[in-house]
Amino acid sequence: MPGQAAELVFDEATKVYPSREGAAVDHLSLTVPAGEICVLVGPSGGGKTTALRLVNRLIPLTSGDIRIDGTSINDQDVVQLRRGIGYVIQQIGLFPHMTVEANIGTVPRLYGRSRSWIHTRAHELLELVGLDPSYAKRYPSQLSGGERQRVGLARALAADPPLMLMDEPFAAIDPIVRSRLQDEFLRLQQEVRKTVVFVTHDVDEAIKLGDRMAILRPGGKLAQYDTPTRILESPHDDFVAEFVGADRALKALALRTLAELDLGPPGDGPRVQRTATARDALALMIEKHADVLAVVDDAGMVVGSVSRDRLLR
Amino acid sequence: MNVAAGPVIPNFGQGSSCEVNNGWFCPEWVTGHWHDTLEPALVQHVELTAIAVGIGFALAFALALVGFRFRLLDPPIGVFSDFLYTIPSLALFQILIPVTGISVTTVEIALVSYTLLVLYRNTIEGLRAVPEEMVDVARGSGFTRMQTFLRVELPLALPAILAGLRIATVSTISIATVAAFVVAKGLGSPIFVALEQDVFKTEILVAGGMAVALALVADGLLVLLQRALTPWSRA
Repeated sequence: MPGQAAELVFDEATKVYPSREGAAVDHLSLTVPAGEICVLVGPSGGGKTTALRLVNRLIPLTSGDIRIDGTSINDQDVVQLRRGIGYVIQQIGLFPHMTVEANIGTVPRLYGRSRSWIHTRAHELLELVGLDPSYAKRYPSQLSGGERQRVGLARALAADPPLMLMDEPFAAIDPIVRSRLQDEFLRLQQEVRKTVVFVTHDVDEAIKLGDRMAILRPGGKLAQYDTPTRILESPHDDFVAEFVGADRALKALALRTLAELDLGPPGDGPRVQRTATARDALALMIEKHADVLAVVDDAGMVVGSVSRDRLLR
Repeated sequence: MNVAAGPVIPNFGQGSSCEVNNGWFCPEWVTGHWHDTLEPALVQHVELTAIAVGIGFALAFALALVGFRFRLLDPPIGVFSDFLYTIPSLALFQILIPVTGISVTTVEIALVSYTLLVLYRNTIEGLRAVPEEMVDVARGSGFTRMQTFLRVELPLALPAILAGLRIATVSTISIATVAAFVVAKGLGSPIFVALEQDVFKTEILVAGGMAVALALVADGLLVLLQRALTPWSRA
């Protein structure tokens, strides 16, 4: 079975449907470094999902190439290729006729893993995604939307694939649970360090999760591919600027924690954790009518201060 | 038309007063003729039904696979099984007797014909109703086409297929009583004999009642089978 993380390269990848005018994905070229999360984002009609499905050949390329660790996807047996790629879709993606354990064991079973191996692995993965191992014997209909999505994630991780494709996995989940799942997904990624291609139409989700964001415009053309910070700070054109939103400066604040800033000397003021984002700090200043905040560490010791000017610089 | 020569012809001149007066239900007749009339008829009825549903299911399943895989073939197969279903059973017997004779084969061909429609339709609709996402995830996870069919599409179609099997079994148990028009077999046979013999009410009532009871029992057993095969649907 696979392991590690793989580098993914789109090389002029193009999909044209004969029945449709124009391309769905138009000469898409970008490289996702091993172990990074690349979020494909853009308005509908941008070909995000098509681009994702080109990778595991659920949709065949019209021209161009996609390479995983240097090997073209077309040079591999399609079934073997897919078994080596984790695939997560919206919550409906769990097999309703299989228990949670059988769902997680889907791909390992294809690899011929034994029942006991799958049993152990399923328990391990349930813990990893924050579910009690007693869930193993349940059916998907007995789970909440958020729980199903965790199981979907566990299933995609079961064979330890070097690459994961995630197609709007959190879209059908209510905002509070979604935000928690996003946090846990990031924590999980710290542990497993997979290469992830993540499709969403939600720009905030893209900013939060992506190491890099690829913004696709209608017609499947790449508008900009960069880190969320750089896209927010210097959008390539009006389309990108408009897409990330008029509040992009505020969004950019959410990408920095106070720990990353140059703090002033310890001082008085409302207290804020150094792990808080600049955006949280700004919100606190507005709420408390304060110009300066006292920054504290985990133990509650004041380690510095931050002023409104410094925050917005 | 062959008339089944039943082994028991109630003689209204003898027997109990109930039998003599052709009462609605004479228990002494039932106990007296369980072994020579009712029990064999019941066993034959089960056999007629089991063979018809068994062959019908195998045939309908194979046709459904063809219709599912090759969409263009679905309409002709569907229309053909519709057509078979619309032929009145007595007419179908008349058509078949010159070919297959006065035999169990004639009866079974007719019975199988009537099961095809519901079994075919339920199987193919069950397979079609499998959500596209399920097939998508299976293919995307590296299932071969055959693995996708056996591990995802078929199990998810099972409730619909088994529902078809229930309808087919119950209706075959009912239609199989008409088999007595061709051969002296099944629960239709004592009914037929009783009709010939001045409408002996007890025999008609009991044989008819047994057919109803058999249908209910068969349906109940299939419900249990359905529960055993689709544990997730109760979860």
